[in-house]
Amino acid sequence: MGIRFVLLVNKQGQTRLAQYYEYLTLEERRALEGEIVRKCLARTEQQCSFVEHRNYKIVYRRYASLFFLVGVDNDENELAILEFIHLLVETMDRHFGNVCELDIMFHLEKAHFMLEEMVMNGCVIETNKTIILTPIHLMDRAS
Amino acid sequence: MALLGMRGLSVFISDVRNCQNKEQERLRIDKELGNIRTRFKNEKGLTPNEKKKYVWKMLYIYMLGYDVDFGHMEALSLISAPKYPEKQVGYIVTSCLLNESHEFLRMVINTVRNDIIGRNETFQCLALTMVGNIGGKEFAESLAPDVQRLLISSSCRPLVRKKAALCLLRLYRKNPDVVNIDGWSDRMSQLLDERDLGVLTSVMSLFVALVSNNNEAYWNCLPKCAKILERLARNQDIPQEYTYYGIPSPWLQVKTMKALQYFPTVEDPNTRRALFEVLQRILMGTDVVKNVNKNNASHAVLFEALALVMHLDAEKEMMSQCVALLGKFIAVREPNIRYLGLENMTRMLLITDVQDLIKRHQAQIVTSLKDPDISIRRRALDLLYGMCDVTNAKDIVEELLQYLSTADFVMREELALKAAILAEKFAPDLSWYVDVILQLIDKAGDFVSDDIWYRVVQFVTNNEDLQPYAAAKAREYLDKPALHETMVKVSAYILGEYSHLLARRPGCNPKEIFTIINEKLPTVSKPTVAILLSTYAKILMHTEPSDPELQEQIWAIFRKYESYIDVEIQQRAVEYFVLSRKGAALADVLAEMPKFPERQSALLKKAEDAEVDTAEQSAIKLRSQQQTSNALVVTDQQPVNGPLPINQLGLVRIPSQKMEASSHNQGLTKENGAVSKVDPEPAPSADFLGDLLGPLAIEGPPAATVSAEQNMISGLEATPNAADALALATVGDQSNSVQPIVNIAERFHALCLKDSGVLYEDPYMQIGIKSEWRAHHGHLVLFLGNKNTSPLLSVRAVILPPTHLKVELSLVPETIPPRAQVQCPLEVVNLRASRDIAVLDFSYKFGTTVVSVKLRLPAVLNKFLQPKSVSAEEFFPQWKSLSGPPLKLQEVVRVVKPMSLPEMTNLFTSLHLGVIPGLDTNSNNLVSCTGFYSESTRAMLCLIRVETDPSDRTQLRITIASGDPTLTFELKEFIKEHLINIPTPTPAPAPSPALAAAALQPQSPITRAGYTDPGVMLAGLL
Repeated sequence: MGIRFVLLVNKQGQTRLAQYYEYLTLEERRALEGEIVRKCLARTEQQCSFVEHRNYKIVYRRYASLFFLVGVDNDENELAILEFIHLLVETMDRHFGNVCELDIMFHLEKAHFMLEEMVMNGCVIETNKTIILTPIHLMDRAS
Repeated sequence: MALLGMRGLSVFISDVRNCQNKEQERLRIDKELGNIRTRFKNEKGLTPNEKKKYVWKMLYIYMLGYDVDFGHMEALSLISAPKYPEKQVGYIVTSCLLNESHEFLRMVINTVRNDIIGRNETFQCLALTMVGNIGGKEFAESLAPDVQRLLISSSCRPLVRKKAALCLLRLYRKNPDVVNIDGWSDRMSQLLDERDLGVLTSVMSLFVALVSNNNEAYWNCLPKCAKILERLARNQDIPQEYTYYGIPSPWLQVKTMKALQYFPTVEDPNTRRALFEVLQRILMGTDVVKNVNKNNASHAVLFEALALVMHLDAEKEMMSQCVALLGKFIAVREPNIRYLGLENMTRMLLITDVQDLIKRHQAQIVTSLKDPDISIRRRALDLLYGMCDVTNAKDIVEELLQYLSTADFVMREELALKAAILAEKFAPDLSWYVDVILQLIDKAGDFVSDDIWYRVVQFVTNNEDLQPYAAAKAREYLDKPALHETMVKVSAYILGEYSHLLARRPGCNPKEIFTIINEKLPTVSKPTVAILLSTYAKILMHTEPSDPELQEQIWAIFRKYESYIDVEIQQRAVEYFVLSRKGAALADVLAEMPKFPERQSALLKKAEDAEVDTAEQSAIKLRSQQQTSNALVVTDQQPVNGPLPINQLGLVRIPSQKMEASSHNQGLTKENGAVSKVDPEPAPSADFLGDLLGPLAIEGPPAATVSAEQNMISGLEATPNAADALALATVGDQSNSVQPIVNIAERFHALCLKDSGVLYEDPYMQIGIKSEWRAHHGHLVLFLGNKNTSPLLSVRAVILPPTHLKVELSLVPETIPPRAQVQCPLEVVNLRASRDIAVLDFSYKFGTTVVSVKLRLPAVLNKFLQPKSVSAEEFFPQWKSLSGPPLKLQEVVRVVKPMSLPEMTNLFTSLHLGVIPGLDTNSNNLVSCTGFYSESTRAMLCLIRVETDPSDRTQLRITIASGDPTLTFELKEFIKEHLINIPTPTPAPAPSPALAAAALQPQSPITRAGYTDPGVMLAGLL
């Protein structure tokens, strides 16, 4: 399956973007987000970017006050996912210009569109930033 | 411009953001939900834009973790909207809010299909994405053909095709039948020629899923994958937008290497060479650079390359290069690299034989066990667990014990379990095992499950030598203040059974033992009270001469608990009280516990269960399942490295043994339990047996006489004695006072497929075997191990070779000292092809018991085979030149044990029949090629083809060709034997009268030459 979910939370643990590629009930999601956010946010800069949780792994990366957490299967290539997070951030940067929490909060739909162009069914589908941003540019021009 | 002109949404989001606490947030959200609900109720007044806005609000609320149990219809209805903005929101929100089993989804299948087959590219993309994310079985059935068409269409643009690929992947997972294997391998191969890297990225994901289920069907794609990797690694024709910090799409590189790991090997020499060149470049050319992102990306590729190299079983040199690289990684400061170094080393243990190289890094790994980062500590623990074997068990387990006192609470249970398992599997001696477990309980009692202490009790009960030691240790622990309750349980149990063995030591008389145990009584829980009561009863029973004062004390306790609220305790108290007043009868009832039947370690089972399967089988897991021989150290087999230390083998082996029929078992248990006290029954006299069996023997088959010859060959005393009669009568596995505690037939069969392991074991001794085969020569070593504290006498081992084998056994010593192991080399030369089997006639004396067994030696046909890989150009001329019988034989085999092709491939591989994939165009067929070695034929090529019928796995057609008619016939029969069934032992109906008779008539002449082969004869008996 590869990627199970992509999660964005701020320093306070509030969810800013959540996309799951396997179905979880609301209770399961709440519990999962609570547990992994607690686990990952407590870690220091000197610790590695991988946290084992139940039968899968969280690969995470921190940008200022935002944490990007990606849940993956155990045999997924961790560093590739770590850089995939950075690719997502760079893509957001290219669109918003130095993306911040508020950009994502108030442009929830754009964040979703970008992610949808990059991951589908738990697999990486596109890594070319220009192509990823094309639909958003089209929409911006339309409105 | 917030949210494309949806001001209300922005206001709502900032309202929620400004809430001071969770309570306020909930109120604001409830208000909004109420608002949306009323607006949806009179839908007619809603503009599409308003509807869109409310649906986004719903998604936002849902993301925050609040239930949104209405409005799904409104979200769905947007899918049917004619305009792109509404449609897009409909698709995206639907795939977030609903799941595949949601009944509403069914209603939009038609709309979705129209979008997919329609002309509008953007609509196609939206629809494919939603189906790809949440499509279920019904979608698979109705949409798969359309999606396939889009994927392979040449007129479709990449942006649609890449979505179609992953959409198809989803549908395939929901219903594998949507991808018809026959046609797809060619299509897949074409798809992998794709130049657009976006399409290639998603096609590669689809390919990984397909190939992970059936790698054989996609052999033609292997060279394509290698080409893609080469193109990326050499940066040929890669658009700038697809390079990441100068590295051509690291994600596609990683995915491609993942795909390659699903192929068992790369046969084609050109592809292999090209692939290894690329891999070597990655391994050697990846430098550490300043830029974090570039560094990560290049190391992502490097780690995947390492995994692929390990998988492909590169030459030794490249492997040690890999270990060296990993060794470097586990010592660096960068935590991610250190973590991955440890993780990949653990994977390496699973798949290749590099333990010794890895062991050199043990000190560094132990350091990581103390790392401040729990992720790294976990990896280190896993690695230490995996690399543990007899040679380093002591060090590793001691490290784990030491770490246990400071370990995080979340890790302690796992740690305790792993330490207990390693101690059990690799204990150099049993007292050390007891020490480890008691320390475990002492240091981390809360995390030591009952299984762990039950296991130690089993070992102590089954090993008399261990009992005084364990009792003394238990007594020592009782002196410690603040004892964990588990420790109270285990020491009370052991002291109840065995404290009388300590009676003469200071502080160990019954009264003192009772007093110190009884101190714990007031503070323990009910289950422990029950154990203590039993202990008291046992102490009372063992007190000789009886001590009235102690008796009175114990009786008082029994009486006190007679009316206890817990029924179990009440019953014990009442019964022990009454029993203990019966005097002598008490000793019978409370006699020492009989030995436990050998059973699978509950711990190992637990460890196995703990491995939760993920959705898709990873390549590594698949591989470790296929190659059990490599995984010995991590499974529950005995260690393969180092010599077989015989007295541990008993211990080590226990978990892996399956037990024979349970009725048989119980009998065994009772007998074994009695061994220490009751003298072995006097062996029945020869006359008695003769009378009993004589008359039957007259009607026995002529083959009977053969064993007489065996007696002569083996240089036995000519006079038959009771022991011989008895022993021979038990070849059929019955009515012997000493029964094997392993399943001999299973052992033999297992050893036919591997080169070392246990051949035979009974309560007194164990025979292990280790073998090496070179062409038509075999070098075997028999390890004869005495498990007891007294010597085994009159040891005799004779090989009864079939006519096609020349066997030379070195001298076997007559006596095996206590707890010793002797090694007896055995040389085998294969003269010609035959399925007959050599037999080891083995006997020894233990006390007054004579044990004699006949064991088949695993010097079987397949040991003289060496798999050959040949190309189609070499194969077909040979195949054609050998035409028809007797050099080429064909047969339809029925009642085949049903197995899938991969299973059959595994079987063939373990029989040394090299399977050559891709040679036969029909994927249901299996072609294999092997070289047979014997003195008469020298090296001779054998070609085999198996045609299976996927609709009926119980039959197949086999064709075998070789340059020697005997070889062709024997090999065919040999393979048939293995296909038809894996022999399982069936209990012989009665002791063979023929053999018993033979023992009585040792001088009888040989009558039938056809039976001179003992292997044939024995096979007949079994």
